[in-house]
Amino acid sequence: MSPRSPTVNDLSWMIGGPQGSGVDSSANVFARACARGGLNVYGKREFYSNIMGEHSYFALRAHKDFVRSHVDDVNVLATFEAETLLRHARAVTDDGAIIYDPSLTKTRIADVPTIEKRAAADLRTYLIARGLGETVEDVLASCKQRGVTLVPIPFKELIEQVADEFAVDQLSKISRMVNMLAVGASFGLLGFEYSHMEKSLEDVFGKKPKVITMNAAGGLKAYHLGEASAPAFAFRLEAIPRTEPRLFLTGSQATALGKLYGGMRFQTYYPITPASDESEYLEMNEVLSLGTLARGPEAEDAGFVKDQAASVLVVQTEDEIAAVTMATGAALTGVRSATATSGPGFSLMMEGIGWASINEVPLVITLYQRAGPSTGMPTRHEQGDLRFALHAGHGESPRIVLASGDFEESIRDGFLAFNYAERYQMPVIHLVDKALANSYATVAVPDLSDLRIDRGRLVPDGNGYSKDLPYKRFDLGNGPVSPRAVLGQDGTIFWNTGDEHDEFGHITEDPVLRNLMMEKRFAKLDLAAKEIPDDAKFRYFGAADAKAVIVSWGSTKGPLLDALDRLWAAGAKVGYLHVRLVNPFPSEAVARILAKRTKRIGVEMNFGGQLAGIVREQTGIAMTHVVLKYNGRPMSSPELVEAITAILKGKAKARTVLTRGA
Amino acid sequence: MALEQVLRPQDFATEVHNDWCPGCGDFGILRTIQMAFAEMKMEPHRVAVVSGIGCSAKTIHYIKTYGVHTLHGRALPYASGVKLANPHLKVLCLSGDGDGLGIGGGHFVNAGRRNLDMLYIIHDNGVYGLTKGQAAPTLKLGVKTKSLAHPNINDAVNPIWLALAAGATWVGRGYSYDVKHLRDLIISGIRHKGYAFLDVLQPCPTYNDINTKDWYGGEDRKDDTGRAMPRVYKLVDEGFDPVVREPADVEGKTTQALEKALEWGDRIPIGVFYENELTPTFEERIGKRIATYADHPPALQAIGTRDGIPVTDVGRLLAALTVPPSA
Repeated sequence: MSPRSPTVNDLSWMIGGPQGSGVDSSANVFARACARGGLNVYGKREFYSNIMGEHSYFALRAHKDFVRSHVDDVNVLATFEAETLLRHARAVTDDGAIIYDPSLTKTRIADVPTIEKRAAADLRTYLIARGLGETVEDVLASCKQRGVTLVPIPFKELIEQVADEFAVDQLSKISRMVNMLAVGASFGLLGFEYSHMEKSLEDVFGKKPKVITMNAAGGLKAYHLGEASAPAFAFRLEAIPRTEPRLFLTGSQATALGKLYGGMRFQTYYPITPASDESEYLEMNEVLSLGTLARGPEAEDAGFVKDQAASVLVVQTEDEIAAVTMATGAALTGVRSATATSGPGFSLMMEGIGWASINEVPLVITLYQRAGPSTGMPTRHEQGDLRFALHAGHGESPRIVLASGDFEESIRDGFLAFNYAERYQMPVIHLVDKALANSYATVAVPDLSDLRIDRGRLVPDGNGYSKDLPYKRFDLGNGPVSPRAVLGQDGTIFWNTGDEHDEFGHITEDPVLRNLMMEKRFAKLDLAAKEIPDDAKFRYFGAADAKAVIVSWGSTKGPLLDALDRLWAAGAKVGYLHVRLVNPFPSEAVARILAKRTKRIGVEMNFGGQLAGIVREQTGIAMTHVVLKYNGRPMSSPELVEAITAILKGKAKARTVLTRGA
Repeated sequence: MALEQVLRPQDFATEVHNDWCPGCGDFGILRTIQMAFAEMKMEPHRVAVVSGIGCSAKTIHYIKTYGVHTLHGRALPYASGVKLANPHLKVLCLSGDGDGLGIGGGHFVNAGRRNLDMLYIIHDNGVYGLTKGQAAPTLKLGVKTKSLAHPNINDAVNPIWLALAAGATWVGRGYSYDVKHLRDLIISGIRHKGYAFLDVLQPCPTYNDINTKDWYGGEDRKDDTGRAMPRVYKLVDEGFDPVVREPADVEGKTTQALEKALEWGDRIPIGVFYENELTPTFEERIGKRIATYADHPPALQAIGTRDGIPVTDVGRLLAALTVPPSA
């Protein structure tokens, strides 16, 4: 190892293991320890649709600045079993390190049945080309040849020592500790002060003091073993003094927070990956408190809440049809109501979305996209439902579709979705995705002080409707948005029906009324297009006069911004248009931004280039290039740098397909 | 509307043209709902009647309360959403047998598991009327009504058994031509604390030429004096006691209800098969988790000030997600 100065606070760390073995907790402890030490983290979680035994892993970046995406390379690979080592050793950089269990060196590839045949064959080919066999030892030898630091940790011995010290009669009772030993060894190797890990263990296992003490003791033993390799190691983590508050959260939590802050009080769901996490978080926090983040005179106006109480009712339904219809029934009573689901569940909701649209019901559907079609790859990532969200359901039914690209947008859009739903009295489909939902990161505490609740046109109590002046729920008299009454309100009895209806809500098949009602419903979409401000519709990054422009949406925003930082630093002239409101589509603004660009690059996590198609449909402007990915693994910033560089240099075909990720 | 005026069934009638076939059993159900509401002095704006799809579902347009005509098979989850969000409302839910037991069968089962405080009525005529007479889930095996190409190849589901198995805590059956009895059943179902299921035998004069008004009335079998011997009889007339008064009663009362529900053909019981208010309602179960639910249900909570300032204090949640300072 060359004794040049190490890279400080710019690390890609990975831990893996069988599902159900505690890998989740260990990644959490590592990330929180980094965060407690003032570093920023971004973590990506990859797992199989399986309860126990299949391989899962966490790729985590620790950096002095905020991080928005993952990279493909691994600087420290923390393993305690053979599979993680076999699968990911080749991703370790030459100056990186592998933490491993020396008792497993004789394990052969064939001994690990959970590695896919294709991946096993790949690895064999790689080893044979280097004149090696097919055991863990051979893989380690290939790494050593490249200069990778090998850090053996005798996990079993360490656990036996802990068992002795704490008088644990059976090793199996504390065998899960192996995860924390791998974390401890990592921090030793990286020279990161151990106290951060101790505090992090307290964060994660707060109510189990014995677990904390034992894991801390075991972790420290592994820490000291890791420390032996630290002086020559190319990466270091150093604590940064930091006083400003930061959040450490997942995308699911971000969306949930936005919805709660936006006044959601009712949510339905049917269990589905990766959407359930949000509902479970809400359920755990169902009793809310009232108060306001606002200060000063505005806050005094909020004093009325003293004799109120707040809670969100989360209902697990029998299926997604019940989820969407129950949420709609609730919305008719005036509550801000939502359901959260993923592709297969959303497929079941079609008819309900149409009903909400024809009945002008404010309903929010949070759609966590995952790899389809059908069951697809339930735990893997995709942005494949954009067109589906736009057109879901038979007939023509207006809806608003918005897509969030990062945690702050998830919070804001979670909030704004209800404003749009109520102001324009129609369903709002809020698109998020697996990569966003399952990643976690430290972020600056977002300033939400500009957010205001807008309930749209509501019928006030004491409204003056009478037998001679009856309330009409679908009044055609005064603009496309009719005053909205809610079930239970006095003087405003109305009817709903999924049939075409008259102003009162009774069935009609009259051709004239039909036209008026269709036109009324769609005029609300025009109104939304006019009223929603540009900064909630899209955002442009980079030089306004760049000849090349990237067009994207959703969570590719993170890796794109990280890639652009590198591209811009290298002098590349390229802008980035991030579209957030997909329907109504900001056609004029997009057309204006795309005009005169010689290279227009669509970047999306799907096969078909769905946004690219929509841009063309809405503006007549075609992308010159698309960069697509559909292998279920989110885009990394390095692969985007490569793809975009090739396009900018004129060395790429019109269609680039990204393929990285394990 | 002052309460004193809301005493007549016609006060709960709309001016919407009714397009059911002449002689339809649905008229009896509509009329008895209006009679029950009048009798109970319901305030129209505090009532929501929710229906699915089919002839039965049109009922809501003829009733002057809040009316929600939803999707085929989905009346129950819509109604459940209304009730959960605002438990202060009286919620009545209506389906046909195809609507409630065919396409909506999954919801039928799960509504029983919840025990929400509402009444669910199935207009039970054995056929899909509005689509011109196909066999519906309560039509018996081998029966050939007039618009069927072949005798019914499916067997019938027993709605009373299904409701009991699912956990409905009040289970009854009415007959749409016995208006007074049906009205009392509806009142009893609405007053029941918990999920009440009422199966209403409702002849379809156009498509079900087997289970007709005459058939139920026994016009095809007369005694020696030439009087029809009705098939329908009232459980109460035979001293049937459906009420669970203590937990130990549940098994016996369920068993006798199941036994009675097997009767069909020559003797068809109507009335209350089972009644149990000991099972906590869904609302009560929620109240155990969210103490303020009854007084501050979702629909009646403040979410912002007049100026739209959000009043949900997410500070506690944010604090739990905040990284402590490292300095």
